[in-house]
Amino acid sequence: MADTITVNETAYPTPDDPRVSLLDFLRQHIGLTGTKKGCDHGQCGACTVIVNGVRINSCLTLAAMHDGDSVTTIEGLGTPDEPSALQRAFLEHDGFQCGYCTPGQICSATAMLEEIAADWPSDASENLEGRIAISGEEIRERMSGNLCRCGAYANIVAAIEEVAAGGRS
Amino acid sequence: MTVHFKQDEPVNSNRLDGMKQGVLGKPLPRIEGLAKVTGTASYAAEFPVENCAEGVLVTATITRGEVTSIDRESVLSMPGVIAVIDDEKLCTRAAQGTANEAPMQGPSQVCYWGQPIALVVAETFEQARDAAKHLAVEYRKEEGAPLDPSEVEPEEQEDETVHQGDLAHAMADAAHSVDVTYTTKGHASAAMEPHAAIAQWDGDKLTVHASLQMLNYNITELADALDMKEENIRLISRFVGGGFGSKLGISEEVVAAALAAKEVGRPVRVVQSRQQVFQTVMRRSETTQRLRLAADSDGKLIGFGHEALVSNLPGETFAEPVLQSSHFMYGGENRELMLNVARIHRMTAGSVRAPGEAVGMPALEGAMDVLAAKAGIDPVELRLRNIPEKDPEDGLPFSSHKLAECLKQGAEAFGWDKDQRKPRQRREGEWWIGTGMASAARVHNISEAKARVTLKTDGTALVETDMTDIGTGTYTILAQIAGEMLGLDPKRVLVELGDTRHPRGPGSGGSWGAASIGSAVYVACKAIREELATRIGTSEDKLELSEGKTATGESLTDLLEGKDLAREGHYEPGDIEDDYTASGFGAFFAEVRVNHYTGETRVERMLGAFGFGRVLNAKTARSQCIGGITWSIGVALTEALEFDPRDGHLVNCDLAEYHVPVHRDVPDLDVVLVEERDGAASPIQAKGIGELGMCGGAAAIANAIYNACGARLYDYPMTPDRVLAVMPD
Ligand code: FES
Ligand code: FES
Repeated sequence: MADTITVNETAYPTPDDPRVSLLDFLRQHIGLTGTKKGCDHGQCGACTVIVNGVRINSCLTLAAMHDGDSVTTIEGLGTPDEPSALQRAFLEHDGFQCGYCTPGQICSATAMLEEIAADWPSDASENLEGRIAISGEEIRERMSGNLCRCGAYANIVAAIEEVAAGGRS
Repeated sequence: MTVHFKQDEPVNSNRLDGMKQGVLGKPLPRIEGLAKVTGTASYAAEFPVENCAEGVLVTATITRGEVTSIDRESVLSMPGVIAVIDDEKLCTRAAQGTANEAPMQGPSQVCYWGQPIALVVAETFEQARDAAKHLAVEYRKEEGAPLDPSEVEPEEQEDETVHQGDLAHAMADAAHSVDVTYTTKGHASAAMEPHAAIAQWDGDKLTVHASLQMLNYNITELADALDMKEENIRLISRFVGGGFGSKLGISEEVVAAALAAKEVGRPVRVVQSRQQVFQTVMRRSETTQRLRLAADSDGKLIGFGHEALVSNLPGETFAEPVLQSSHFMYGGENRELMLNVARIHRMTAGSVRAPGEAVGMPALEGAMDVLAAKAGIDPVELRLRNIPEKDPEDGLPFSSHKLAECLKQGAEAFGWDKDQRKPRQRREGEWWIGTGMASAARVHNISEAKARVTLKTDGTALVETDMTDIGTGTYTILAQIAGEMLGLDPKRVLVELGDTRHPRGPGSGGSWGAASIGSAVYVACKAIREELATRIGTSEDKLELSEGKTATGESLTDLLEGKDLAREGHYEPGDIEDDYTASGFGAFFAEVRVNHYTGETRVERMLGAFGFGRVLNAKTARSQCIGGITWSIGVALTEALEFDPRDGHLVNCDLAEYHVPVHRDVPDLDVVLVEERDGAASPIQAKGIGELGMCGGAAAIANAIYNACGARLYDYPMTPDRVLAVMPD
């Protein structure tokens, strides 16, 4: 049976060329251009997608390695008619300018909030064990792999904080 | 019908304030925002084009010389490879902003390491990338290309030179004087979207989806490069993933894609790799700047000197305009200003966000802090005492001047503590904590612009121009201006940008976009209002429109009588540009902590207060400000291009090695918008805000480092090693 990758609940055959990154597979092969290429080297986070519930840089992994995996991209998180809570919060807080880093920021933040909920510690955490409280510093530390050259960071953090507060209360 | 308005006088009628819709200036979310947050906004490389081949640029591995042979056969037998393009029309540099002509062409002559010399085209990106790596190229090297700006005899930029009075004498007479030399390293724009183009031919008609800031100039540049007529070219840039100067002029991939598509007879996409963007597009020049400030016993300047050395490639006219705001920032009748350019063979130097003030203001404002400390005057007070009444060089009046208000309101909002001016007053564990401030200035630019506005029979309006929105908020503010003038909810205004089929805008650059294109839309809407007023037998200035109706209840759709009403607005700055010195002003305040043992600096909080004319959208304007402040943090602490002294190549050519600020480097930022109306700036009383937020902010951080720990640095960025080297025991 051919290898398949499931993207936003649709199954696709993996590409024949083993050099195709997951990022190029999404953008070039199946037309999901919401995921962005900023550096192709794992340095900017623009290509962040969620694979089996965990955020990764899709430029740093080959599509051929994802047989059987389930990938969620920005298109799978929400649509213009039904945006996700984070997508709405980014809009309200102006958590972007040019918008190019934005899908990566939102995918990253979506999975990042799950990591905090699961009490995975970070460099900004008080303790390695026990409950992790959401704070601006936690969010900044955990989002530092997502660069925004427009410099929308302050607004991005505000958007994530708002959703986090709603989500945990 | 085109309505032309040439501005020779200030427009102080402030008509927009009298309109009834009440949407202008409001913090509306961006009208294209949903597309961006859901990944449905398409950037240059993302247009679905059938049968598109992929091109990858090949770049030179010598500094200067000639390409003597390109062995096509070395790659043509590789799987999927279609062609190798080394046409002499390929561009070897990007065009400078507003060049309006082709950049340097002729890839066989190499002028810098990393210069594009060929393009490999293949069926897939992976095949093209592999082949580009394997392309065998031979060179004839010319040794001895100068690489170090301090080792060549520089060229003076004579228009920048000012000799007024006798500065040496003033320095000798001064009660307090400062003579210091600052350096700044080169910077990269590093827009998140790499430069990209998809070119498609239909007979002799060319369409290019590209990532460009100024289509109005880019179309001419491309036509010139390809030896074509403009009317046969269509450029499209609806969404641009950041520009910051790097996409002002056409860059190498645009021309390469067009030439390749012609040769292979099908569409071709060329996306520069991140490393190529760093090495082939534009760098901000490094600078060396000598500042001389001579003050009387009250701290009032009697002498002002600012001399700078920058660099660029031979053949480039651009010289980082370091002194731009120094010409009018502070008084002092004895003045010496001079800008020199060293011709060296590093990659092209050009515009990076806020060319000039981005590095000139951090040096000047650092020197002002040194003077404040020497004179024992509070730094805010020192600046207040030195605001000139008129331009200190050419005597022109200022169009408006909000520096004093920005200093005062900023100090108040930040909680500026005048009594904490001695260094080393607060320590927490290993960390020294302190505050610093700086003034901001960025010259006001304005440009000719055209836009068409159509009031439609369905009660909506359409705004069309080739102007771009590079994250600046153009889509939204134009909907707000048209909505305000025509009495429509901005949701009912469709804005179409980034397509050369529309009237020529001003392009996004030099912070002139909003004021220029906003004025064109204003002129068009005013003409539509005049026509509507005639139809109901009143005058335009009495016409009140809101929610699609007149004050007497007639609906706009009825007034249209079944026919769309369109006007093209053509705004042109006239004498107004020569009659005033116009600038945005502001003030930055920063609190930092500096580690005594590692020299690391963290910005704890930062505030900017800015006066830049009418605020068109409080949300997007604030975002421009926080973006600028974020760049200030990069300039102050981390951003530095490093060049190999042996061959001049840019070494740290990616986002791992060139350190832009990341989330954790940027605290909550505060912005105070100091509203004003500047009728001499534009008919909508607006100035620009895309750059002001980074014009001096780095000095607030540098001055805070001194206040925190007593380390006075004169070299940006202030990396831990540099801080430690001058950290007092
Ligand atoms: S494109 Fe993957 S991290 Fe930059
Ligand atoms: S919004 Fe432009 S890079 Fe983040």
